Amino acid sequence: MSLRDKVRYRMMKDVGLPAAMGIDRLRKARRVRPRDPLFGPPLESSGALKNLMMRHYGLARYAEGAMPVAWVTSGAPVELLRAFGFYTVYPENHGAVCGARRVAPDICAEAEAAGFSQDLCSYARIDIGHALSGKTPVGKLPRPDLLFCTNNICQTILYWFKDLSHMYGIPLIVLDTPFLYGEPAAATMDYVSGQIRDMVTALERITGKPFDEARLAEVLESSRRGSELWGKVLATMRHRPAPMTIFDAFVHLAPVVSLRGLPVCERYYEGLLAELEDRVERNVAAVPGERHRLMWDNIAIWFALKPMSRFFAENGCVGVAGTYTNAWAETAHHLDLKDPWGSMARAYGLIFLNRDLEYRLDLMARIAAEYAADGLVLHSARSCKPYSVGQYDIRRKLSERLGIRTVVIEADMTDFRAYSEEQAKTRLAAFFESLEGGRDGAAAAAGGGGSGA
Amino acid sequence: MTILAAGVDVGSLTTKAVVVDGAGRKVGWSLVESSPHLAETGREALDAALGMAGATLGELSAIVGTGYGRAVLPFATKQVTEITCHAMGAARIFPGTRLVVDVGGQDSKAIRLGNGGDVLDFAMNDKCAAGTGKFLNAMAATLRTGLDGLGPEGLKSRKQLTMSSTCTVFAESEVISLIAQGESVPDIVHAVHRAMAKRLSGLVRLVGAAEPAVFSGGVALNVDLVRLLEEALEVRFSVPDQPQLVGALGAAVLAMGTK
Repeated sequence: MSLRDKVRYRMMKDVGLPAAMGIDRLRKARRVRPRDPLFGPPLESSGALKNLMMRHYGLARYAEGAMPVAWVTSGAPVELLRAFGFYTVYPENHGAVCGARRVAPDICAEAEAAGFSQDLCSYARIDIGHALSGKTPVGKLPRPDLLFCTNNICQTILYWFKDLSHMYGIPLIVLDTPFLYGEPAAATMDYVSGQIRDMVTALERITGKPFDEARLAEVLESSRRGSELWGKVLATMRHRPAPMTIFDAFVHLAPVVSLRGLPVCERYYEGLLAELEDRVERNVAAVPGERHRLMWDNIAIWFALKPMSRFFAENGCVGVAGTYTNAWAETAHHLDLKDPWGSMARAYGLIFLNRDLEYRLDLMARIAAEYAADGLVLHSARSCKPYSVGQYDIRRKLSERLGIRTVVIEADMTDFRAYSEEQAKTRLAAFFESLEGGRDGAAAAAGGGGSGA
Repeated sequence: MTILAAGVDVGSLTTKAVVVDGAGRKVGWSLVESSPHLAETGREALDAALGMAGATLGELSAIVGTGYGRAVLPFATKQVTEITCHAMGAARIFPGTRLVVDVGGQDSKAIRLGNGGDVLDFAMNDKCAAGTGKFLNAMAATLRTGLDGLGPEGLKSRKQLTMSSTCTVFAESEVISLIAQGESVPDIVHAVHRAMAKRLSGLVRLVGAAEPAVFSGGVALNVDLVRLLEEALEVRFSVPDQPQLVGALGAAVLAMGTK
């Protein structure tokens, strides 16, 4: 780490980026966007979110050389890295950004040209495609010094990060979280917490810094609070009418994924929560005339957020809950300063993607009840196998158990080559029609006599 | 003046129109080939159906558009998806219907029904032509049987061949290699049908097989395929006289309900 890079990083953090963002804000303030009549007033926090994430990616490029940089998976115990002063980048979040900016196929093609299958996770293809070509819509990602992954979300992660480790010639730290059938055995949790504890030695060696237990305690508390605030943000959607939609939640999820354990994350959600609680108080609806409340399963379809959100709203439907957004609020309450290793093992080992189908069904049934969802939309993501396999069983079992209507739409989180908008719209439209139940014609058909054909 | 309403079903291969009277009886219908000019084709089909009914556009109380081109019909008073329309049409022709299998030009679907044509659940083919009318079209072209000839040819089959693929592109090369191996056209057609029936039965199982069941869409006229699907699912299918018109009929019945 060079002093020059450290000074440059500080300058950018304290002076350069705030100034650039100030100019950007002024420029955008002049632009008045007409309000979309389908929706309630836009969330004011969106501006702060944009700044926060711009700052995160803006600073990232100056982190290289100024501090150790780690690329981390969404379900890894990042608290440990923060205690060692790492700048962290989340390839999955970067993948979502590429998806939303509709550049995924172009970057994926770089990985495909190098021999990676089109059936491989599109986040992985984007990340590897970026590593090979440097292509990214965020300017530049810092070159990592360390790769840090946990296989609680999928096994692909492991091979994907192994490839990165090989490409960059840097160390990879893996936290192995065995898949859980039923309740976890004590030995399993000991195995997970033991690995986390052992990582301290490896991180001391890599960074050349001694472990600071007090700093870890601070980060753990911040992480727990950030996740708790995120949970409260989501819970505002239990209100009828919902003050925001699941599509808003997908966007506002970024800080708890990428900045968990940092004070900026807590501050951001404090602001968002205050805004949403105010909306709840005043009954401000995200979708005026809310008729149906829907639950979403799987990762967002990042490239189709806006059209899909509009299509829901046009039909009086509001997404109010989702398994994906809930994942960052689900287990963080386990984090406990008195038992850092064991509590991190629980917070990261017990997430629903690492548990059996029954657990997932119970969780979904609970969420559907808490948010009064009357329908379930399952996104079958072409390249996210662990999340998508089993969805047909889930829909059948949940509709039997809860008596709710369900629909499966086929897409991908980022790669729109695996998406047919027309087909998805037809399925959703038919689903919305069936939610309306006794449609206009049903009475006529039942009442009218004679044979039609 | 009698009360009339119409449904127009703009499909990828054909466009259908049905005019019904106040009791939901079919009094006029038409079926024309789809063109890239969806609105004009839709109007052409509607005019032909009105002509048969001896009525004019002004006499229609409502027009429901359905099919993939439903959004571009300027004369439609409402748009309803083909899933809802096929369910409604099938329940109209065969009251008490619990399952509809519809195989159209670019998609195939299995629909589970509740009472009065209410859609409980449905499944559709994914982003692929396998198991659709287009798939059969391609096979008929390769085998030179004509679309209508596939059913009768398949019934003549004496030998069981295996087709491993329902991917339209791969199946076509598989068919060509079977021809090259000297296999007979009826046996190849039957193998194509069995592959497709297998694919369709998977779709039906997603929503659950049930009786009474109806097969709609032009492919329902293919007797060999319907028989194979019946065997695969152990379900007997009723086929309407004009299975292509079921969606348009459902749309017309819905139009009559909306006024």
